[in-house]
Amino acid sequence: MSKKSFRQAINEALRQEMRRDPRVIVMGEDVAGGRGGTSGTVDAWGGVLGVTKGLLTEFGEDRVLDTPITEASYIGAAAGAAATGLRPVAELMFVDFVGCCLDQIMNQAAKFRYMFGGKARTPLVIRAMFGAGFNAAAQHSQALYPLFTHIPGLKVVVPSSPYEAKGLLIEAIRDDDPVIFLEHKVMYDDEEEVPDEAYTIPFGEANLTREGDDVTIVAFGRMVKLANEAADRLEQQGISCTVIDPRTTSPLDTDTILDCVGDTGRLVIVDESSPRCNMAADISALVAEHAFDALKGPIRRVVPPHTPVPFASVLENLYLPSVEKIEAAVKAAMGHRVPEIA
Amino acid sequence: MQIARETLLRSYRSMRTIRDFEERLHVEFATGEIPGFVHLYCGEEASGVGVCANLTDLDTIASTHRGHGHCIAKGVEVAGMMAEIYGRQTGVCRGKGGSMHIADLSRGMLGANGIVGGGPPLICGAALSHKTLKNGAVAVAFYGDGASNEGTTLESLNLASVWRLPAVFVLEDNGYGEATGSSYACAGSQKARAEGFGMPYMECDGTDFFAVHQAAGEAIAHARAGNGPVMLHVHLARWYGHFEGDAMTYRAAGEVAAARADHDCLTIFRTRVTEAGLLEGTELDDIDSAVRDEIESAVIAAKQAPLPEAADLLADVYVRY
Ligand SMILES: Cc1ncc(C[n+]2csc(CCOP(=O)(O)OP(=O)(O)O)c2C)c(N)n1
Ligand SMILES: [Mg+2]
Repeated sequence: MSKKSFRQAINEALRQEMRRDPRVIVMGEDVAGGRGGTSGTVDAWGGVLGVTKGLLTEFGEDRVLDTPITEASYIGAAAGAAATGLRPVAELMFVDFVGCCLDQIMNQAAKFRYMFGGKARTPLVIRAMFGAGFNAAAQHSQALYPLFTHIPGLKVVVPSSPYEAKGLLIEAIRDDDPVIFLEHKVMYDDEEEVPDEAYTIPFGEANLTREGDDVTIVAFGRMVKLANEAADRLEQQGISCTVIDPRTTSPLDTDTILDCVGDTGRLVIVDESSPRCNMAADISALVAEHAFDALKGPIRRVVPPHTPVPFASVLENLYLPSVEKIEAAVKAAMGHRVPEIA
Repeated sequence: MQIARETLLRSYRSMRTIRDFEERLHVEFATGEIPGFVHLYCGEEASGVGVCANLTDLDTIASTHRGHGHCIAKGVEVAGMMAEIYGRQTGVCRGKGGSMHIADLSRGMLGANGIVGGGPPLICGAALSHKTLKNGAVAVAFYGDGASNEGTTLESLNLASVWRLPAVFVLEDNGYGEATGSSYACAGSQKARAEGFGMPYMECDGTDFFAVHQAAGEAIAHARAGNGPVMLHVHLARWYGHFEGDAMTYRAAGEVAAARADHDCLTIFRTRVTEAGLLEGTELDDIDSAVRDEIESAVIAAKQAPLPEAADLLADVYVRY
């Protein structure tokens, strides 16, 4: 056990699984970097944010493949390789680039097993970074997990901390279905204690980061941290919250969510993705259908507005859920009259 | 081809403006005041300017993530660009786009682009508009060696040929897509690609304004005359990292220094025009100092400009909703 960053935890998961299973390969744009360069430096980048650094040196060019800038072909190649004996972990860099290769994910990898009558296994992992907070603007900041969640056949993981990332990524690599693994780009330097040995965290089992009596907060990815901060503040004010990190949006641990709402009777959902047809909408429907009688008041959603992600910091901050907005939503759920936070 | 004096002066000013704009951003970025990603066009100025000197406001260009140079070359206003990069309400995109999304349709500038390979299909569409509306205009896609491998680019080459569009594909080949060399990433030859899609292929030295101007002039004339698309392969070097903050460990020591020493498009231009007696050195000096002032005041104005307001967040998602 030692303190590791989100970046290191992911790197360690990849490294340990590549050591364990020679079929695990890594591919993507500049996952090593430096090929065709004039300095002869290999592993020049190790991924655009250094997450795959060192893998090339340990595992060689046959298992760490730099790709041209051709998402449709290499993501599709990863799917094809997965269906024929390898266990690829393909890095899409920014999840926004899924626009360039969605067919290979949505119409190909996701559907093999069902279309082929259960005959295929596609042990594919697609890693990508997502989320706002870096002024990366409209084409590099989206939180697209609902897009993938919508597609039957895909599993979707949104880790909320370094510990979670390592265990969930190892689980993803060992899983025989296509998994979309989404890393919030603002979290790479977050640190916490992470075991040195390999471990797995099962999909579809939510983590309760705290338990309380008054309000249930469901949050995803980086929002889990904000939800806990808000819960800390609310505790001081005599409001106790349960915070649920579902870990995976598909499969979704509906039992835990319904149980907790059954206990508290109040629900706040914090979701960084665009508000229409997102996880907050999905969970609201779930609860409205199955726990309506338990609800003491309306469900509150802390979500961005229905706009692209803006560039300027002032706008990006307004856009994103925040501790203050979560706090206000919880108070509103408690029936307090609170001024609206823009 | 004889180039008009005004064109020479304007082009020099444009190249100098790009250079100073980018070098200033390099300095300002290091202070931490500039948000987001910034990709500098330094060293590549003659390409954007040499091409755009053959275009009017009616003609359309599409740019890339490395878009500042194309914007300036196409006449987008510098103060508005600077304000945009600083995320100000006075920016050309009202602070909502930033460096990677500067656009000004009134100048025929269809946008920088955060998506590699995003531009070429759009340029097919712009060329289709021009062709259908019979306005005599052309559309030009700037794209990198890295982007040359994207499916969208290759499909666009085909579509432009199939539809015989008034389009020019300007491949700005600086030898790298991020940290990967084009000798690794690009199979076959670009010439064979152009020919494979049935369009003429031209190439030129992208650090020589006159070479670019000449080649682009021919390519654009070909497209404008209704003879279909052309690929123009421009050879260049980028002087800074892929983005600000990139240590460029993949490049040989001295590679950038050599490009700066031997292939500085501004030096090459100055030598050429003064030796041929086309322009006086003092005229160029005057431009240099005017540009210095312009950039200085653009930065000052940007830093003092108002930030966007809350209402801007919700504005302009749709025309009507
Ligand atoms: C679809 C897509 N894939 C990957 C990226 C990340 N990316 C941004 S710029 C770039 C390199 C582009 O290289 P090139 O086209 O040669 O342009 P240059 O940077 O050399 O000007 C990459 C891979 C992106 N923005 N969009
Ligand atoms: Mg390039």
